[in-house]
Amino acid sequence: MGTEFKDSITKAVNNANLTGALGKFSEAYKVNRAKAYEGIDFEELRGRIADLKSYAASHLEELSEQFTQNAEACGATVFRTNDPAKVREYILKVAQDNNVKTVVKSKSMATEEIHLNPYLEKAGIEVGETDLGEWIIQLAGQTPSHMVMPAIHMTKEEVSDLFSKEVNERLTSDIPRLVKVAREQLRPSFLAADMGISGGNIAVAETGSIVLMTNEGNARLVTSLPKIHIALVGIEKLIEKYADVATILKALPRSATAQLLTSYVSIITGPTPNPDGSMKDLHIILMDNHRSEMAADPKFKQALQCIRCASCLNVCPIFRLVGGHVFGKVYTGGIGTILTAWFDELKKSEDIQGLCIQCGACKDVCPGKIDIPDLIMEIRRRLVQDQGLPLLQKAIYSVVNNRKLFHGMLRAASIAGKPFTTGKFVRHLPLFLADLTDGRSLPAIAAEPFRDRFKKIKQPKLKEKAAFYAGCLIDFAYPEMGESLIKILNKGGIEVIFPEDQTCCGAPPRYNGAYEVAASNAVDNIKALLREDVTYVVSACPTCTVALDHEFISTFESLGQTEWLPQAKILAGKTIDLSTLVTKLVNEGRLTLKEGRKLGAITYHDSCHLKRTLKVSEQPRELLKKAGYELTEMFECDTCCGMGGSYSMKLPEISAPILQRKLRNIKETGAPVVAMDCPGCVMQIRGGMDQDVADIQVRHTVEVLAEQLE
Amino acid sequence: MYQQFKTRAEGVSAEVYRFKTKAAARAHVIEFLHAEGLADEPDSFALWADCPFLDGMDLGALKGIAGLKFEVTCELASTARFGISQMEWALADTGSLAQNSTAIEQRLVSSLSTIHIALVPTSGILPDMPALLSRVHPKECAYLAMITGPSRTADIERVLTIGVHGPERLIIVFVDDLGGTD
Repeated sequence: MGTEFKDSITKAVNNANLTGALGKFSEAYKVNRAKAYEGIDFEELRGRIADLKSYAASHLEELSEQFTQNAEACGATVFRTNDPAKVREYILKVAQDNNVKTVVKSKSMATEEIHLNPYLEKAGIEVGETDLGEWIIQLAGQTPSHMVMPAIHMTKEEVSDLFSKEVNERLTSDIPRLVKVAREQLRPSFLAADMGISGGNIAVAETGSIVLMTNEGNARLVTSLPKIHIALVGIEKLIEKYADVATILKALPRSATAQLLTSYVSIITGPTPNPDGSMKDLHIILMDNHRSEMAADPKFKQALQCIRCASCLNVCPIFRLVGGHVFGKVYTGGIGTILTAWFDELKKSEDIQGLCIQCGACKDVCPGKIDIPDLIMEIRRRLVQDQGLPLLQKAIYSVVNNRKLFHGMLRAASIAGKPFTTGKFVRHLPLFLADLTDGRSLPAIAAEPFRDRFKKIKQPKLKEKAAFYAGCLIDFAYPEMGESLIKILNKGGIEVIFPEDQTCCGAPPRYNGAYEVAASNAVDNIKALLREDVTYVVSACPTCTVALDHEFISTFESLGQTEWLPQAKILAGKTIDLSTLVTKLVNEGRLTLKEGRKLGAITYHDSCHLKRTLKVSEQPRELLKKAGYELTEMFECDTCCGMGGSYSMKLPEISAPILQRKLRNIKETGAPVVAMDCPGCVMQIRGGMDQDVADIQVRHTVEVLAEQLE
Repeated sequence: MYQQFKTRAEGVSAEVYRFKTKAAARAHVIEFLHAEGLADEPDSFALWADCPFLDGMDLGALKGIAGLKFEVTCELASTARFGISQMEWALADTGSLAQNSTAIEQRLVSSLSTIHIALVPTSGILPDMPALLSRVHPKECAYLAMITGPSRTADIERVLTIGVHGPERLIIVFVDDLGGTD
């Protein structure tokens, strides 16, 4: 990551106005969004949206053609082009042919994409943004920091300063008064404008209609008062059927601002009368700008299912810390990273793709059902493919890829780390765990890794067998978690074997785009884990579980490698996470937890991969309650803790405040114990509590349960 | 459906009334206008766009009321305190109103005024948007407008503020004997 980019992050996370406004908004958004969707089957709805948008993405050419015919039959002029420069030229020509002096605009990201305003202004045309947020940032000479709320980063005091200058009068920061000033200032612009420019939320092929939504009412004025209306529409806004407008409008306002519907919706089909009785000169520009290339890419085609609600920004734990400006000038957040890589160029996304911590929160709420984290991973993979890995990472992965060397170095680290150990934590660790940041202590590398301890564990001979996949953290930092797991499974009638040749699950290289390394890890692990016939391959690390269950397969598929695919699928079929397996054993009556105990309050932190990829969240909670704990839920229990593997090393300035928020939410429950299913989360949160000198036990569910066996 | 509509519309700060007859609705509108200071100041006039509600009404008597105007122009609409129009449909599940707004007068009075009074036939209440779209095809409607509550913004510090470019109040008056629009 470049210094300039790092600086922009530091600046953003230290901007209290920005993080305050975004933080408050994101907290309220989750609650309000859920309320707006009450009584609606979101999965069913987004399934329909994904289908109809995916159909459109596969038929862009046909739908563009159909739209053009139908809109022109109604009297509109349609201009189709691939090239942003041609769009700008076309608009300027229409303006000049009609002697246009002033333009009013309603909010349009497509015009931001092609940097239309400065182009028209350079040609001597006055361009006025009319959306309040857009107007504010236009006056401030800035760019939008959020796709739906462009000026969310500014305070009312800053707005009052800007407006005061504009009206030559000292205004207070009273918001209703400021809004009134905007109304009074902009009203004459609407009335005087020669041309209105809008975007389009939807374009309907079978009728040639465009759909515009606003809350302020500015799009109604932009499309009604000036004699010329130009709508600039990206071709991804095309849908086939008129009836499907209702489907998209059911989700878009709910997902964008948690409204049932925006204040105003206009469906415009052909020219309408102007105030003076003449007919509107209506131009619709269908802009491609790399969208059909995207549609032709089997992986990225699904990004065209986006309906531009920006909910991926609203739920992103990173976005609420850094805001939009860090992402660049136009499209921001998760989907913005993907659009930038395509509409601009892949290289432009190099820095911003690194902001994604892969927590999956956006994927859960996307009304277009886009797997945004997966597409960002694909960007990473292609970047590495194009440019190779940074040298340090290359060195690290060459180690990770050599199990004996890697494990040898971890063992060495346990000795080298010793002088720095205080209690269970060390301040500095060698190797790639070096340079970890303040705000979190790190575990010492265990003196005796799990693989050595395992040999000393006496297990009963049992008929059913499970292979334990430990993962690096349990093997080398938290071997006691592995011991607890064996204790539980033995009680449930399962004997545990530990295949010695298992190695890193490949998540760290994969999450850094080094798919070749991940694939080679996958092959080593498949060989090791399938050597003996077992019923289950069990892991107590959700990231590893996801690797075994999903990512070995998808890594091979991404690379076009087929040799190990069948075995990867067999492995996936056997893979199970700890809480799900224990729940199964309890339900089958094979395992009993001590009954009737009162162990007090506990709170539970959902790990990203467990909750959102493996869809496991109730099982650990039920087990903890069965064991005798009283569950006190924390605020934002399923928000990422900021660990994200090597993320916390690469972007400590973001990881640290995310962790602080998590610690605060845990402490506010008053529970003396917090449980979680991921050793990575334990490392992050336990380390945070240690630095915080908070008297709260941070434990893996497996440790808690092992103490409560009958 | 009326009750659901009322709950939803009031949830987004619209004001909802219902009358059995046109006469009662008319009386209410006039009373409302006077209570809100009709004709007290030069800009305190109401602009009433032509609509079926006015059919068969004693227009002479209405025109005699100071501050009531029926000639809709852009200039008048941009300074009018009140805009009155008939909206043909109401959507119960979102509390929205809908209208074929192809005629510019309909858009002017409902988008430039400070207070928009919408007259709606009670029989025009539909369950939801799919029901509306199945009735109104773009072939017969070049400008389909939906209005849900007054104009609003949250662009400054996420504080919900009413009345940006459109009306700051939306008064919805249902009339049972206004007939249907389809």
